[in-house]
Amino acid sequence: MDTLLLKAGGWLAIVFFAFIAMVLAADAGFAVHMAIIALAAGITLWVTINKADYAAIGRGILKAPDPGVYDDDPVRWGVIATIFWGIAGMAVGLIIALQLAFPVLNLNNEFTTFGRLRPLHTSAVIFAFGGNALIATSYYVVQRTCRARLAFPGLARFVFWGYQLFIVLAATGYLMGVTQSKEYAEPEWYVDLWLTIVWLSYAAVFIGTIVRRSEPHIYVANWFYLAFILTIAMLHVVNGLSMPVSLLGSKSYSAFAGVQDALTQWWYGHNAVGFFLTAGFLAMMYYFVPKQAERPVYSYRLSIIHFWSLIFLYIWAGPHHLHYTALPDWAQTLGMVFSIVLWMPSWGGMINGLMTLNGAWDKIRTDPIIRMMVLALAFYGMSTFEGPMMSIKAVNSLSHYTDWTIGHVHSGALGWNGMITFACLYYLVPRLWGKERLYSLRMVNWHFWLSTLGIVLYAASMWVAGIMQGLMWREYGDDGYLVYAFSEVVSAMLPMYLIRAAGGLLYLAGAIVLVYNVWMTIAGKQRDEKPMTETPHNEDLDKPIVGKPAIAPAE
Amino acid sequence: MVDKQRVDEATGTKTVGHEWDGIEELDTPMPRWWLWTLYATIIWALVYVVLYPAWPMLNSATEGVLGWSSRGEYQKAVDAREAELEPIRQALVSTDIHDLPKNSALLNEAIQGGRSAFKVHCVQCHGAGAAGSKGYPNLNDDEWLWGGDMEAIEYTLVHGIRNPDHDDTRFSQMPAFGRDGILQPNEIQDLVSHVRVLSNREKPSASATRGAALFEVNCTICHGSDAKGDRIQGAPNLTDAINLYGLDRASLTDTITNSRYGVMPRWGQRLDAATIRMLTAYVHSLGGGEAAPVEKDSAEQAAATSEEATPADEQS
Repeated sequence: MDTLLLKAGGWLAIVFFAFIAMVLAADAGFAVHMAIIALAAGITLWVTINKADYAAIGRGILKAPDPGVYDDDPVRWGVIATIFWGIAGMAVGLIIALQLAFPVLNLNNEFTTFGRLRPLHTSAVIFAFGGNALIATSYYVVQRTCRARLAFPGLARFVFWGYQLFIVLAATGYLMGVTQSKEYAEPEWYVDLWLTIVWLSYAAVFIGTIVRRSEPHIYVANWFYLAFILTIAMLHVVNGLSMPVSLLGSKSYSAFAGVQDALTQWWYGHNAVGFFLTAGFLAMMYYFVPKQAERPVYSYRLSIIHFWSLIFLYIWAGPHHLHYTALPDWAQTLGMVFSIVLWMPSWGGMINGLMTLNGAWDKIRTDPIIRMMVLALAFYGMSTFEGPMMSIKAVNSLSHYTDWTIGHVHSGALGWNGMITFACLYYLVPRLWGKERLYSLRMVNWHFWLSTLGIVLYAASMWVAGIMQGLMWREYGDDGYLVYAFSEVVSAMLPMYLIRAAGGLLYLAGAIVLVYNVWMTIAGKQRDEKPMTETPHNEDLDKPIVGKPAIAPAE
Repeated sequence: MVDKQRVDEATGTKTVGHEWDGIEELDTPMPRWWLWTLYATIIWALVYVVLYPAWPMLNSATEGVLGWSSRGEYQKAVDAREAELEPIRQALVSTDIHDLPKNSALLNEAIQGGRSAFKVHCVQCHGAGAAGSKGYPNLNDDEWLWGGDMEAIEYTLVHGIRNPDHDDTRFSQMPAFGRDGILQPNEIQDLVSHVRVLSNREKPSASATRGAALFEVNCTICHGSDAKGDRIQGAPNLTDAINLYGLDRASLTDTITNSRYGVMPRWGQRLDAATIRMLTAYVHSLGGGEAAPVEKDSAEQAAATSEEATPADEQS
């Protein structure tokens, strides 16, 4: 009862302080955010009081959760959240793609301009879709590869809901123009502080679970999850250092200035790609590919070497985002050199993923989920070759500031992150909801082809657009003068922008097929169709080891 | 652990002996091509950081054996181009603007340079094809508000139009006839009718006749009794189909009621004399450029005589 009182009192205090802050707010954005926080704390308070088992408290015995099953509630919520934010983020992506082709779609209204919707798109797909996928899969994978339930179940739930609140605060902030203007780190100081609390709680849950493991060794997927969680914490805190103008206002100023600020920002930005979108998703790959293929991981030695070389090298590569700028030449050189050496360590993950199919290559033909995983790994390989190539100064002088960068990012994001996430979702949904199989494997195949076609249109059009842009910007006539006005280059982009939007539409359509398939699966329906290869699931083995003390790591 | 090792049937490779949730790992050696490519990139990196600026020291960074720097590379390219351009610039500035058309090689250089400068500084308002838009004049036609010979164009470029705090700027201001209460709304509508009749947008009407009287009193002082405008005051010719703000009733009503106050920057402050001369030559070359005033007078007279003569001939 005391804990319940303490908890409820705490939430009430937050409601109270958020309300005060809302009334005293220095600007409208901050007031809206405080109202959202008060509302969120209010809902939590209501749930805390309503869901409490007063009878059990009265008897003095609290109902303990069943130690014989994995703690999968937050994973199920995470799967739903991943899909929800994914559709939202991709839809906004399609809207801004169309805005670039048809500027009238900015609707002459500050809330719907490209400048505000673009961070909404990037954050929604990277942090809301990708982030939820990472949190959900990490909870799933760490329990199973440690054969232990989540440490701190309450905290694990706080991480999930706290992260959703972060997403809502960030997204509404963008629409209201609340931003610290750092790419992929737009949320203002108080949202940053909140994310820090949530993220450290996440680290505690994850590390706590590893500490409680019943397996002697830590599986490679967990190395990657751990690198992702710890590095993102460091990147987020350092790049977010700032001084608020008022403790009751949304505006803050960065602790860094000038080129130092730019370098800190791209140290963050590049490693958000490296540790969020690469290391984190490689962790997903390392669990779900061998599970789906039912094959051993190709090479343990490769996994060690490519893990350590990847995380050692990635952190230095950020300066390649600032070639030919005020950044000193020496830093540009090092950024480029580390990026090139990063090529093979990145490919180590692709090799280990693809070659795990040794002995099960036929599954590419018969299992659409494996096909998605293989496509994801292929795009991962392409992007991690293209990245080092674009970091070469001579190439960068053509590609920088053009749509080539957009094409590169999307071949990675749509091809690698998107496809591996979809594959994992298809693996997870029947298992999490206790269904025999997916509603339809053949619809997974449809999703695969819609997405693949979408990515091809997207990436190809942006490659052409980017190289065309770069060449037009630098084209000199025989007279020695520039040939094109900037506006002429812009108008030359139109056909490419249309093809890109068509690609995005196909990709979104594929994701909508997924929504239907997942919905029907959870509803317990099975489509009557010619069967394809199903990967069996052993319910009896999918349990934590109970009563056995945690084993110290072997020598 | 070791006793859990087994040989994987499909690949013939030994497993490491670990197992997590059914996942095992093979003890496959790292692919040689992968390892050697990794070594190759490392060796390349070591060579590169010796050749180029790379290592931060206490006060500065190592400069690299090649002595390369991005600023140095940029300066080299700029210097090479400057060396090509400098004689052209010198010649342009030292030539009298009236003599420029006579030196066709130099004129051509100036037009090329002007086209490039136009794409940087002018397209934002006048458009990539210099065709302008509402409020921004089309530079391709022969309608000029302030004059279309080289000297007049250059003066406009240097001093701008209605540029604040600048005495030499091209300046004129039409009264806001409606807003300032000089004319009543119905009178403005009559005036609109008249202006539209002048430019053949409308058939003569009672309204236009009333407007003609108002025009006589209020407008001729700047636009002239023939309504053909006055370049000294930047007053536009109202008898042709070209109008900066549109000849539809709504636009004309707005113009007469509130007046207009289009501004062009004075580029003399921002660009060097040679670039301005290049822009002058380019704009002049677009199609509407006029000859210098002295020659223009005689040429126009000649044209006027012939024009007067031809219809007379036809009529007779």
